[in-house]
Amino acid sequence: MSMKSSTRQVDGVTIVDLSGRITLGEGSVVLRDTVRDLLSKGQKKILLNLGDVNYIDSSGIGELVSAFTTAKNQGGELKLLNLTKKVHDLLQITKLYTVFDVKEDEAVAVKSFTK
Amino acid sequence: MTFPPPTGKLTIRPLSASEQHFDSVWLSPTRRRADRELLILMSAERVSYTLDSTLETVNSAEETASRMATEAGFDDEEIMKISMAVREAAVNAVLHGNAYDPSKKVTLAFERNDSDLVIVIRDQGKGLDASRIPDPLAPENLMKTSGRGIFLIRSFMDVVEIHPSQTGTELIMIKHVHGNAADSKEAPQ
Repeated sequence: MSMKSSTRQVDGVTIVDLSGRITLGEGSVVLRDTVRDLLSKGQKKILLNLGDVNYIDSSGIGELVSAFTTAKNQGGELKLLNLTKKVHDLLQITKLYTVFDVKEDEAVAVKSFTK
Repeated sequence: MTFPPPTGKLTIRPLSASEQHFDSVWLSPTRRRADRELLILMSAERVSYTLDSTLETVNSAEETASRMATEAGFDDEEIMKISMAVREAAVNAVLHGNAYDPSKKVTLAFERNDSDLVIVIRDQGKGLDASRIPDPLAPENLMKTSGRGIFLIRSFMDVVEIHPSQTGTELIMIKHVHGNAADSKEAPQ
């Protein structure tokens, strides 16, 4: 199953609802294009909702890192929401869990962005 | 364990009576195009594919590994680890080994015995020097966007051997059927 992406605005934060697989090829490209498009439009508070992302490979991990770094370098913030156990475990073993700002509650996550 | 070297495309032949049982176990009627390129049926416990250097091969290898691991009786979490390790190995072979070169092939072999599921993947690239892969967990590498594939393979499989040569890289991955983390080890390079 390829990845699907949709965005919505909540209190100045762009929430990106992702579903499917973030893997080499389509999924990674969708994520990359989505984040770059948001940043180019000045939407720099980005919350990636990974609640329906059931699979991610090393390419997808790299794309998350790239998105995080790109947002940060442009003065933005990118946070992760609702990790599945698989994605959570992957970020743990790659020591990236503490690098990303990971949230479990959407409302709390939205409020955590710099005003 | 010795597999024959990559030989390019061979003629697909009808299955013998003994192989038809094997085929019904390992290769479903809905198998993908890459699966249909089955070239060598070696025994009822071992199968090898020769595949193009494409993204489709990566997906097919992952799906086949998942099917093999399921048949071998692994639980869902182990199946995910095995299929992901094979996916990462296939990515290495297709991208970094063969560099999408249509003249180069990837061979993928599975062997199941009483104690292990053994998976061998070969490319025809320049040979991977694993000693030169930076540690992805080192602080200076943590934010790199690539370089985690071999690390994940080693994390998910019980034994990993990497054999580079001038004609390509052979990656051997073993998962013990009743394995646990305490059995994990890295074979000497």
